Amino acid sequence: MDIGLLGQYLANGVMLGTMYALVAVGFTLFFGVLDVIKFSHGDVLMLGSFTGFTVYIGVLAMGIENPWLMIAVILIVSITTTAAVGALIARYLVLPLKSAPPLNILLITLMLGTAIREAVRLFYPDGSNPKNFPALLPTASVDLGGFALRADSVILVGAGIAVIIGLNLLINRTRLGLAIRAVAQDEETAKIMGINYTLIVLVTFAIGSGAAAFAGIMNGLYYNEVNFGMGLLLGLIGFSAAIIGGLGNIYGAILGGFLFAGLQTVGAVALPFASAYKDVFAFGVVIALMAWKPTGLIAERSSDRV
Amino acid sequence: MTDKTTPKSGWLGLPPLAVGLGAVAATAVYGWLFLLAESEIAVLGLVALAALGGWALGRTGLPDTLDAAMRGHGRSMNGAILLGLLAVIFLLGEEHFPLLMLTTMLLYMTVALGLNVQFGLTGMVNFAGAAFFGMGAYTAAVLTAHSAVPPLLILVAGGVIAAAIGFLLIVPVVRTAGHYSAVVTIAFGVLFKTFLEVNDVLGGPQGLMVGPMKLFGWDFNSSPVLLGVEMSFYVNYALLGGGLAVLAFVLTQRLERSWLGLTLDSVRLDETASACFGLNVVRAKVLAFTFGNVLAGVAGALYGMMISFIAPNSFTFADSLLMVSIVLLGGLGSLWGTALAAAIVVLLPEKLQILQEYRFLLFSGLVILMLLFRPQGLLPRKVRSYFPSWRPQQ
Repeated sequence: MDIGLLGQYLANGVMLGTMYALVAVGFTLFFGVLDVIKFSHGDVLMLGSFTGFTVYIGVLAMGIENPWLMIAVILIVSITTTAAVGALIARYLVLPLKSAPPLNILLITLMLGTAIREAVRLFYPDGSNPKNFPALLPTASVDLGGFALRADSVILVGAGIAVIIGLNLLINRTRLGLAIRAVAQDEETAKIMGINYTLIVLVTFAIGSGAAAFAGIMNGLYYNEVNFGMGLLLGLIGFSAAIIGGLGNIYGAILGGFLFAGLQTVGAVALPFASAYKDVFAFGVVIALMAWKPTGLIAERSSDRV
Repeated sequence: MTDKTTPKSGWLGLPPLAVGLGAVAATAVYGWLFLLAESEIAVLGLVALAALGGWALGRTGLPDTLDAAMRGHGRSMNGAILLGLLAVIFLLGEEHFPLLMLTTMLLYMTVALGLNVQFGLTGMVNFAGAAFFGMGAYTAAVLTAHSAVPPLLILVAGGVIAAAIGFLLIVPVVRTAGHYSAVVTIAFGVLFKTFLEVNDVLGGPQGLMVGPMKLFGWDFNSSPVLLGVEMSFYVNYALLGGGLAVLAFVLTQRLERSWLGLTLDSVRLDETASACFGLNVVRAKVLAFTFGNVLAGVAGALYGMMISFIAPNSFTFADSLLMVSIVLLGGLGSLWGTALAAAIVVLLPEKLQILQEYRFLLFSGLVILMLLFRPQGLLPRKVRSYFPSWRPQQ
């Protein structure tokens, strides 16, 4: 294996890892505040990238040509829309079921994900076919000893990591983050301390969904394609990443995201069988990891009180 | 509440057995009409009739009387239900498509009964139902193509393979709880489908041919002749599928009523407390998981033989979700609910071709509404009665 190809795989792996981590952070945030899994997350991501695509067509029709301006508009509109969708889901589907068995929420959001996916497939114009997402970022590349590091990859990874760091700072350094952590730790006490519980939950869902929209746009810009089914696998991978990292822990989500991307890359490159088996390999390792560490690599500190 | 103080007379003052037999006959006639209905208007009319009738009869206390009939006259009622199923199969005799639908429904019901034991009784959700179903079908494909194993044994082999592959998942499934265990089965379901698609030995995305069922030298793909009328060959499969569904139903019912079922229930309600009372939680979970997977595998093997051609696309995560929605729609732990929901989920979209395209959208919407407004399901499971003659004081 020559260095160039290895570098290519490494760059690709880092890109995937950033994307997965962004999705996983959403899962972990929702689990933190409400102890629920919102499985429609992947499809909300898909909705984000379709919104972005629609905005792109609209912006193009308005005659704006500057790609940076385009990306800014796409990001703003799609993140706001998706954040609103996330908050609506929390308000009308998740909060009403808060006292029901946790699996009911998993199911209702799974079904919502299916509904969103099917709705896009059926009702978006020509929704069942993949759409060509525009390559808006500069594609110039630097030759690094046999492999070409493309500028758009660097920008995307940089932006993704910036968002993750930003989210981390938001959770750990701001008043809002303090409120979110308080709600996550103890709902009752947080309420007594004067925190607006419902508002914080909705804001958390909005933040997580916004991060998913960002990952969706990233995905679209990188692969130059969006399709209605992309959310299922990305959501699944994000969920697995959040779980193997340990739910409720933002570092666990980041670790899980990069770990999954690493597994896929190893599955594609280093193993004796065909690279088509990379997902089989990665999910197989996830299952094995669950058998070894049933509550994730960075486990929640919890014990059953009887 | 009249039927509780005077158990002899039930709905409209009729004896429970009469009401029960009448209900079975009415259901059989309705099923026959529904399966034969051709035009969309007729189908919609029948659906409206069922919804309205179900609501009205539910309000007038028919379920209690049916319950009394099932309790007091179990044998007659079960016999009547079997006869009703047989009658529907033979009345449909020459119709290929309705029989195919009926058999598919019976097989899905078998799978859903297994999932019900896992999910409804033990509280372990299995999001890989379609994968275990598919394992049965692929086992049948491989064994009919490359071996001379008698087809009846292939059905058994389908179940054994599903159980064996299920055993690989046992450790992670049993050790994890709640969401963590959901990810294991979801990951497995996706893994299974991806594996089938990239694997050339098992036909890849194009899939495989499956040989027909043969029983004592009788080829299931040849048409039986009854009273001089040549029947559709699907009659064979409908009969065997019906037998399988009945067997699964009886087994599941026995399991639920036994001490094992009680153990499963208590594991679902509180794992820690069950362990404190000396119940073996791991054993209960392994039992439930394997039971469900075997049912799915056997049903899948017969399904593969019936449709004679299988591809990875028939065993996707969406299909697993459809199976879970059957369990949920019927009511967790409710066996009759599962049967009813299987009929709705499988037959309705087939009959309403406009809906076919919107099937997944429709059912996901239906399940969302169900979870929001009637989380106990269409026919909620009754609280266990430990002493059959005991009634709660009014």
